[in-house]
Amino acid sequence: MALLEVRDLSVVFRSRGHQRTGEQPVAAVDGVSFDVAPGQTVGLVGESGCGKSVTAMSIMGLLPKRGNQVTGSARFDGTELLSLSDRQMRDRRGRDLGMVFQDPLSSLNPVVPIGLQVTEVLERHQGTPRKQAAMEAAELLDKVGIPDPRRRLSEYPHQLSGGMRQRALIAIALACRPRLLIADEPTTALDVTIQAQILALLAELVRDTGTALIMITHDLGVVAGLCDEVNVLYAGRVVERAKRHDLFAAPRHPYTHGLLSSIPRLDSPRGERLVPIKGSVADNIPWQNGCAFAPRCPNAIDTCVEVTPEMAVDPLVSRRLLRCHNPVTATQREALT
Amino acid sequence: MLRYTVRRLLQLVFVVLALSLLLFAWLRSLPGGPVSALLGERITPESRARLTAELGLDQPIFVQYFKFLGRAASGDFGVSTGVQPGDSAAAIFVQRFPATLELSVLAIVIAIAVGIPLGYLAARRRGGLLDNLSVVGSLIGVAVPVFFLAFVLKQVFAVELGWFPTTGRQEGGLDATRVTGFFVLDGLITREFDAAWDAVKHLILPAIALSSIPFSVIVRITRASVLDVLDEDFVRTAESKGLTTQVITRRHVLRNSMLPVVTTIGLQTGALLAGAVLTEKVFAFPGIGQALAIGFERRDYPVLLLLILSAAGVFVLVNLAVDLSYAVIDPRIRTGSGGGR
Repeated sequence: MALLEVRDLSVVFRSRGHQRTGEQPVAAVDGVSFDVAPGQTVGLVGESGCGKSVTAMSIMGLLPKRGNQVTGSARFDGTELLSLSDRQMRDRRGRDLGMVFQDPLSSLNPVVPIGLQVTEVLERHQGTPRKQAAMEAAELLDKVGIPDPRRRLSEYPHQLSGGMRQRALIAIALACRPRLLIADEPTTALDVTIQAQILALLAELVRDTGTALIMITHDLGVVAGLCDEVNVLYAGRVVERAKRHDLFAAPRHPYTHGLLSSIPRLDSPRGERLVPIKGSVADNIPWQNGCAFAPRCPNAIDTCVEVTPEMAVDPLVSRRLLRCHNPVTATQREALT
Repeated sequence: MLRYTVRRLLQLVFVVLALSLLLFAWLRSLPGGPVSALLGERITPESRARLTAELGLDQPIFVQYFKFLGRAASGDFGVSTGVQPGDSAAAIFVQRFPATLELSVLAIVIAIAVGIPLGYLAARRRGGLLDNLSVVGSLIGVAVPVFFLAFVLKQVFAVELGWFPTTGRQEGGLDATRVTGFFVLDGLITREFDAAWDAVKHLILPAIALSSIPFSVIVRITRASVLDVLDEDFVRTAESKGLTTQVITRRHVLRNSMLPVVTTIGLQTGALLAGAVLTEKVFAFPGIGQALAIGFERRDYPVLLLLILSAAGVFVLVNLAVDLSYAVIDPRIRTGSGGGR
């Protein structure tokens, strides 16, 4: 039984006066579906602008009401989140749903002590009295690996290092033991050594508390280390879904394959060139007229620009869903690596 | 922090000294002078020379200046020749300064108490009716001359409707007891509440006129600053915690938007003192603004010098308070707290 069921989630940005100017509304997320089970870690992977953050924000109810049209369904433990009122959503955020953001410095309030930024969640959702909340906050900071947590309570974000700040943000998100945690690029703004620590911390917390985790990232290294299941997003749609091991062993969608080929591997021969994906997200075409990835796709065939591919079970690997007319084959992979 | 404050207070001494020198030279370079103002144009050269010598104006300017400094050090700022001839400049200051301070404080309180919430709401409802009204309204507020607004307010609410008195600080017939020179405060201390209320009524129209410019500037700056802060990541974090709108507003948005607003308030005290000259003139309000206006007409050097210097002193002190408040608002500015990484 899934904790979170996202079905056909779409987010359309409407600029002001689009009817007058005849400007087409932009679909940032275009019919995304996935499940997350308790204790499971699901990755949403893709380039900037593929809609992964917008997906998270719409599940959290954090998108501004004006200018955004959210359709589809996001059921959390049987409750439809998208139809909750602002007030009901406020009661859930921070309690059932936690979120960790990308840039820990700008995501913490610079003029409020760390302690209060943790205790205010406890006060809000559990009515914990100040004094006791401060003790709990110290325990939380201790749990996420911040040394000397009591002293940190009265310190401000600028007095902490980048890694400490991200740990503090994680402590805030986990303060009320949410059942679902969304981590939006939690390691992007950190040094590489710190990245590994933060990922290890997240993995440990998820294992200990049974929290479901949605991991949003562009970094396949993060996926490899943490995720049970991976959704690769392109231009607002999921193009490939697979178990982590299957995905890394044999990427089937040309986009996934491109992502994997464009990162260096330790086990590849020295001097081998990396293969970048040509073009950029800006080159895509709407999904209505064929595959959005077709202009950048090395495997593109005529069908790709005529018929929009549907999400279907991969004919070769049954545990995998794929949105592609001409998937990457084993021989192709051999040829490239 | 203490060292910083002391250093700034020492700076204040130098600012006032330097300004006194400039003012001294500048006032004496104005055409005419106290002698012509007192005796008129058609006087004998003998009586002109006698009065000039009596006032000490026949001596070289730097001698006059150092004599002034010497006397000023012992609290003697000279005798008024035009505003209230015969009274000491210091007495005029003591009598009139509380009046203007009362007026200015009420004006800035109105500007802050209405301006900050309005600016905040305008930002929250960006593009809405209230936002557009506040943007247009604050533009008008800055553009309309203070004396014109003062005159219109007086004509409508005092003359036509009769809700407020037209002139002065207090009705003479009340025979209120004087303690501090602040009439509202005096009324409260002596429990003469009718006197206090009467003083408040005298303050309201001039204070509204005087607050128009600081109010408009505060609305605009607050709006812009809140808009900036609303886009910040930490506001999104606060939202992701499910905090109530009230807590998000108070703790996360407003506190972070206050730095530019506080700076503006400090700078606007300067505009306030300039506006006081015009407002007090329209309402015949016996404060330092009115005294400055009369003093300029009659070339009352000692009174002008003391009042302008004290106004400058207040301006510097208020801005010192503003600078110190930065550290209270923003911990990153606090010194010696082991900031940085």
